[in-house]
Amino acid sequence: MIDKRVASLADAVAGISDGATVLVGGFGDSGVPVELVHALLDQGARDLTVVTNNAGAGEGDVAALIRERRVRTIVCSYPRSMGSIWFEELWRAGEIGLELVPQGTLSERMRAAGAGLGGFFTPTGADTLLAEGKEVRTIGGRPHVFEHPLPGDVALVKAHRADRWGNLVYRKAARNYGPTMATAATLTVVQVEEFVELGDLDPEAVVTPGIFVDRVVQVAAS
Amino acid sequence: MIDPLSDVAVARRVARDIPDGAYVNLGIGMPILVGDVVGPDKEIVYHSENGILGMGPAPAPGEEDRELINAGKQPVTLLPGGSYFHHTDAFVMMRGGHIDISVLGAFQVSEGGDLANWITDVATMPPAVGGAMDLAVGARRVLVMTTHTTRDGRPKLLPRCTYPLTAAGVVDRVYTDLAVLDVGPVGFVVREMAPGLTRTELQSVTAARLTFADDVVELDPH
Repeated sequence: MIDKRVASLADAVAGISDGATVLVGGFGDSGVPVELVHALLDQGARDLTVVTNNAGAGEGDVAALIRERRVRTIVCSYPRSMGSIWFEELWRAGEIGLELVPQGTLSERMRAAGAGLGGFFTPTGADTLLAEGKEVRTIGGRPHVFEHPLPGDVALVKAHRADRWGNLVYRKAARNYGPTMATAATLTVVQVEEFVELGDLDPEAVVTPGIFVDRVVQVAAS
Repeated sequence: MIDPLSDVAVARRVARDIPDGAYVNLGIGMPILVGDVVGPDKEIVYHSENGILGMGPAPAPGEEDRELINAGKQPVTLLPGGSYFHHTDAFVMMRGGHIDISVLGAFQVSEGGDLANWITDVATMPPAVGGAMDLAVGARRVLVMTTHTTRDGRPKLLPRCTYPLTAAGVVDRVYTDLAVLDVGPVGFVVREMAPGLTRTELQSVTAARLTFADDVVELDPH
């Protein structure tokens, strides 16, 4: 029998090792798997590469991982959100690495990893600082930059409902990076607000099929 | 005397160029104002990079949903007919040329249509790019909405950008508080000017050399 449900947040993040690349969903406050990130904080893995849109704000989730010096490098598109103080402080002190990636390229690099592709050429970033050192090819008369796939060892994702096979539906714009990150990691861990019985999710409306999901944990809506 | 248009008057002018039925992305900052002044006679579908089509205005106080936000992380609503999708698809729409019009702010625009709108200082603040580069290369028409000069009076329309580029050769039209200018093979062509402004005055606050259309129209200051 397939049952991807786990009983606790600690079980959900068990086995994540030092040095892991962790994909963390969310855009601003929307869709961030806050409780899973806090569980990773308690779990203790360090020297992490974290891939996420923003670099955390305030004292919670990704900002807490950064504050506790658990993140060696962050790969993100917009690390300058309001209240992103811990990232800025460590960045100025040279204590955290930053790989800045245009937002669509960040998402597409993870999609390529999940799709088994060796990368792609994109017009985004051509003729800019972010293309420096990268292969450029003219396609259709326009310069395109080669971008590598970006796989994760782990993805931490927030969804709305799941069944025991790990089929997922999301809520509103909280979906953001979730479906792509779920495909791109060796271990995909999802927190949901509600478990439903197998067969209760409309198969026409499943957003992430369970094949991409390894563990699901229930966290009550805050 | 130079009497610049208000931000709202510039937004009204941009709105006139958005046709009924257009799929539009409004950048953070001044461009957001355009959404408030498009007349009810037009049905415009607004796109948000975090995964929304058919984005509506801000919700009433108390009706905010943290999982329904725009690219600026502000609470928004979804109009009937709207949809949610994941991040990679949101950027497929942008990069793939499916968005009709992107309205972006700018630090600088060059006479060749180069856009600089993501960073001015790489030394003291962490760089952040978000979706700016994807929007600039992908939309069918890229409109820039900006003040004609910086707050301290330096020109923003230049022969070449001095700030790092967001994208090269992408801007179609620029709307400022003083003029509407097309970017053509010969550089900036002035189409419309603020009332009372002389050509000499406009050139004096523009570093790039201006060409004037045969039929320069007076801008509506309201």
